[in-house]
Amino acid sequence: MRFSKAWLIARHDIRLIRSRKGIFYALIGFPIGVAIGFPLLIAYIASNGGGSPGSYLPQFIDAFSFWFVIGAASLPTSIAAYGIVGEKVEKSLEPLLSAPVTDGEILLGKVLAAFVPTIAAVWAGSVLYMALVDWWTVGPLGSLYFPNLQIVVLLFLLAPLACLYSVEVCIIVSSRVTDVRSAQQYSGPIMLPLIFLYIAGELGKPVLNATNLLIIGGVLAGIVLGLFSVSIRTFRREEILTRWR
Amino acid sequence: MIHAEALSKQFGSLTAVDRVSLDLEEGEVFGFLGPNGAGKTTTVRMLTTLISKSSGAAVVAGCELGKEADELKLRERIGLLPENVGLYENSSAYENLEYFGQLHGLDAATLRRNIERLLRTMELWEKKDVPVATFSKGMKQKVAIARTLVHDPLVVFLDEPTANLDPEAAKMVRDTLLALKKEKRTIFLNTHNLDEAQRVCDRVGILRTRLLTVGSPRELEARMSGNRTAVRLERMTEAVVNAVSARFGPDRVEVSGDQLIVDVDDPDRQNPVLAEAVFGAGGRLRQLSQLSPSLEEVYLKLIHEEEPDA
Repeated sequence: MRFSKAWLIARHDIRLIRSRKGIFYALIGFPIGVAIGFPLLIAYIASNGGGSPGSYLPQFIDAFSFWFVIGAASLPTSIAAYGIVGEKVEKSLEPLLSAPVTDGEILLGKVLAAFVPTIAAVWAGSVLYMALVDWWTVGPLGSLYFPNLQIVVLLFLLAPLACLYSVEVCIIVSSRVTDVRSAQQYSGPIMLPLIFLYIAGELGKPVLNATNLLIIGGVLAGIVLGLFSVSIRTFRREEILTRWR
Repeated sequence: MIHAEALSKQFGSLTAVDRVSLDLEEGEVFGFLGPNGAGKTTTVRMLTTLISKSSGAAVVAGCELGKEADELKLRERIGLLPENVGLYENSSAYENLEYFGQLHGLDAATLRRNIERLLRTMELWEKKDVPVATFSKGMKQKVAIARTLVHDPLVVFLDEPTANLDPEAAKMVRDTLLALKKEKRTIFLNTHNLDEAQRVCDRVGILRTRLLTVGSPRELEARMSGNRTAVRLERMTEAVVNAVSARFGPDRVEVSGDQLIVDVDDPDRQNPVLAEAVFGAGGRLRQLSQLSPSLEEVYLKLIHEEEPDA
């Protein structure tokens, strides 16, 4: 496996993403929306919540932070769908497969093309989010809330895993669909468990503290590994040319 | 440059390619003819390592099919133009070529030089930065051919390069093929277009799951000609028809206006006999010629002979 070849494919796909306005704006818009919208909401809750903000604000902040995991799972679906189904539709996969690159290098390139911009956008958004949350909550809480262990686990473990989970599902779905929209639609339900976790976090059952996030990360890592072996089996040149729809 | 021995491909119970054996010399242009579903694309896909072979053996540009260590090396040495051009429509011609050159590991200077040479040859240099989405079909096909050649491959596989093109675009591509032939490239050309095969190819093979025949277009025509002679007379008479029928048998003689078409087994020996018969019956000969079937006739004959109910 030559990383340089995979990165070449990823770089090419990332350059193509810039010409797809919808994906590009979503990649910028979603993290900015979360980074500004939720801190505003937190500021509102902090100033109107009454009582002791220290008793209820952390639960809200942790739950809202989970949106970066949801973002990391939702943003790459379009990129991966265009990168794989888009190539299939434009018939550019066959020339690519005839180039001196292995299936694994192509697959890694496609994964990186979806992973790198997504994680970069999520991390960039999270910096703004943490700064704004700290700005508006340092008064009511009496100290800076971020950085803390939860956000480290969330950004450096859960978000990358959620992104990989989403890309791998998209690769598997890509072999069964013939257009980009279908790939996105079929990949959509993968968001449900994450949204369920967010709602549960809002309700405090379970609280999205570092320990629970690590447990969620462990489960997600298992799923990612399982999907990885399926996606490797799906993304073989002979499969692509003779069995993919 | 290409050696295949009993190369076969099975998809479940379906035999797509059945024991194809062929040899291609360096610098040869080989036309692979056959109807839809004959196994042409499958053969090319096997020879270019896109799909695995079920049985048999092949060596392409010195690399053995099915040997994992050879597969990447093989793909470095060949260029494939698939039936669908598969260009990145939002990228320019230059970017399309640059990407594939980089995938082939060309250094920046060589890549720039090759791209410029190819795009100038294809008369696309002035449009090198324009997205290919705005190009005509013929121009796109030329960009795809340039992409196939960007790394200077030893063997070029072209799968139906003129399919679905209008006559002007097809001519544009055919001229490019002739230019490649002049460069002495080894070319494996899958085509439906018999005229194209006749004009461009040194040899052709006719495939219908199995390889029915291989030879130069002239050889194939000759193999099937030599058995029909056309005699044009000043005026057709019953006496001439009777005389020729008596010599050759009535079922071997066909009358068409002032022309007789006679099936002969050995034209060198029998054509003088035919002329004698005509003269003997008082016929005045205008022209006697050997009918050569076109490559198209050879192709159709072979293909129809192979049909299950033929």
